[in-house]
Amino acid sequence: MRDVAVVGFAQRQMAQFDGSPTCVELLVPLFGECYEQTGWTRRDIGFWCSGSSDYLAGRSFSFVQAVDAIGVIPPVNESHVEMDLAWAMYEAWLKIQTGEVDTALVYAFGKASAGVLRRTLALQLDPYTMTPLWPDTVSLAGLQARAGIDAGAWDERAMAEVANRSLTDAEKNEYAIRKGGSSVDDLLSRPMYADPLRKHDCAPVTDGAAAIVLAAGDKAREVRERPAWITGLAHNVDPISMGTRDLTRAPSAARAASGVDLDGVEVAELHAPFSHQELVLRRELGLADDVRINPSGGALTGNPMFSGGGIRVGEAASRIWSGEASKAVAHATSGPALQQNLLCVLEGRI
Amino acid sequence: MAKQPAAVVGVGQTHHRAKREDVSMAGLCREAIDRALLDANMTLDEIDAIVVGKAPDLFEGVMMPELFLAEALGAAGKPLLRVHTAGSVGGSTAIVASSLVQAGVHRKVLTVAYEKQSESNAMWALSVPLPFNMPVHAGAGGYFAPHVRSYIRRSEAPTHVGAIVAAKDRQNALKNPYAHLRNPDTTVESVLASQMLWDPIRYDETCPSSDGACALVIVSEDVAAASPNPAWIHGTVMRSEATTAAERDQVNPQASRDAAAALWKQAGITNPIEEIDAAEIYVPFSWFEPMWLESLGFAEENGGGWRLTESGATAMDGQLPVNCSGGVLSSNPIGASGMLRFGEAALQVRGAAGEHQVDGARRALGHAYGGGSQFFAMWVVGSEKPSN
Repeated sequence: MRDVAVVGFAQRQMAQFDGSPTCVELLVPLFGECYEQTGWTRRDIGFWCSGSSDYLAGRSFSFVQAVDAIGVIPPVNESHVEMDLAWAMYEAWLKIQTGEVDTALVYAFGKASAGVLRRTLALQLDPYTMTPLWPDTVSLAGLQARAGIDAGAWDERAMAEVANRSLTDAEKNEYAIRKGGSSVDDLLSRPMYADPLRKHDCAPVTDGAAAIVLAAGDKAREVRERPAWITGLAHNVDPISMGTRDLTRAPSAARAASGVDLDGVEVAELHAPFSHQELVLRRELGLADDVRINPSGGALTGNPMFSGGGIRVGEAASRIWSGEASKAVAHATSGPALQQNLLCVLEGRI
Repeated sequence: MAKQPAAVVGVGQTHHRAKREDVSMAGLCREAIDRALLDANMTLDEIDAIVVGKAPDLFEGVMMPELFLAEALGAAGKPLLRVHTAGSVGGSTAIVASSLVQAGVHRKVLTVAYEKQSESNAMWALSVPLPFNMPVHAGAGGYFAPHVRSYIRRSEAPTHVGAIVAAKDRQNALKNPYAHLRNPDTTVESVLASQMLWDPIRYDETCPSSDGACALVIVSEDVAAASPNPAWIHGTVMRSEATTAAERDQVNPQASRDAAAALWKQAGITNPIEEIDAAEIYVPFSWFEPMWLESLGFAEENGGGWRLTESGATAMDGQLPVNCSGGVLSSNPIGASGMLRFGEAALQVRGAAGEHQVDGARRALGHAYGGGSQFFAMWVVGSEKPSN
């Protein structure tokens, strides 16, 4: 395998974009930040890959105009996944591994506030047996949380502890759209939203976009003194059916974990859009108690659809660059109740 | 580490029809997957990873359908990727699947692309009004007709060349048991007599709207050793450009020319028309055959393409047989159409194309494009292991 590192990262998270910006307006400033961090121009990028969803945009081919943000004259080597940024990054990492290119810029975007997100995501379900009932994402997560409580896998207090830590950490994250910790007791006194979930147990509906820059070997060393080397990258998926899955577990997360080396991880950025899902992930990944979880505040404080997972990679990489951590893991999820999971292990040294 | 050799050892496709009401989306995909696995002499359990491709989710009305399909596709417990690059997606998906093997990450990869157009309405899905955008509301034919007119004007092409392509591809389709359209009576004259839809594109010069899927099994060198007839991947390429820009040449887009140049270089090909034995080119409207022949470098610009077509060189027994399977003009499950081109190219060099086999085909081109002639995906496959 070639040595490939994360060397650039830019993000935006907001409750609602003002007005109706096009994806070009959103992405151009992010690309600008990536060029500034790397000292490159778009011509230094060997491969481009984006992640987005037509259903979120309410139109077909929503990614087509996004390439205008690149400035694709002359044409570029480019692809798109109907997945989160983290999987767009996976495709770019593959491309670099083939030896065809040495650098890649991957990006994702989504304006979740344009519709009713929890309803939109119901369209991800089995169209023949589930979607006609319109079970929305928050309700499905509520069922999962309840299943865990009933099984004794966690309780409401453990969930509130996750939320309180996240909201406290988010105070230091300029991009978080929900922040401000209080106390576990205070959080537990707040009203139910989708029993047993309270609002702070659920990621806020978030608009946003993000971009990540990858580079191989010396290209990476030219950009940063301490590139965040990708020493493990694995992903896996479970069946969607809620009735046949043990909702207190996420076997695909455990399978992804078995494909990477998590020994010695100091920081974990976990893409858990619901508080109890962090508890599921910590168990599946076998993270020790002293692993710092979501110093960014995590998805509970800002979760732009289709970049929320990739932002975890960017946040983890930032901690490697700064020297704050020497080994970190980033996680991304997709599908209802942690159906699909990706893990990316980053290290300051190879 | 250098790029690892990869080969196609299994190709499967569905019987393409306007409405496959006998199967669900999962059933449609499995029909192609099961044929590909049988061809590869493999089971789903042996597969390391699965790559799914399809065009817009609005075509079936399911957001990210690979999630609900995961279990039926055999992806549960495995890595699953979903590619979407507009009309070129079937080709791009095959390329992503190849890169999993070429990167040395996996040894046995299954890829499937599909479209079940009858579940929804493609015209509706393509006609959602967008703020600040000029509505087309004319379908793909209305969009591409001006490009075709421009080609005819520039190249001074006689107007019956499109009909030659349509008649040829519909006759070729009769030799492909999976083809959607089976019109034995189609001739140049009958095409020219058909209804004008988007001048100069007539009804018989347009692709159908199909339900269908295509699947490929792509494996590493050691696994391919067990196959009697692997199709080795000699080169893959993807290029994209903008939909609209004043300096764009929509008839012969730079992304297409750049992609072709990069592909031939990768595959070690210096004279495509001499060195390629069969081509499966994405031709949704008849005139795109001569247009792409020029753009791909098989013929001179501004006229070489139509002269090649008119001379019969692109017929099954010609110098460069194009779309022996009947092509997109005979079967068009949009998301799968590109992979069908890639898969049919593989069948040719494996000597497994049945009645539409080109004798002794050793190197073949698979080609797909999408969006407003702006996304391109291509590969060259060969019967011999690549030397480079």
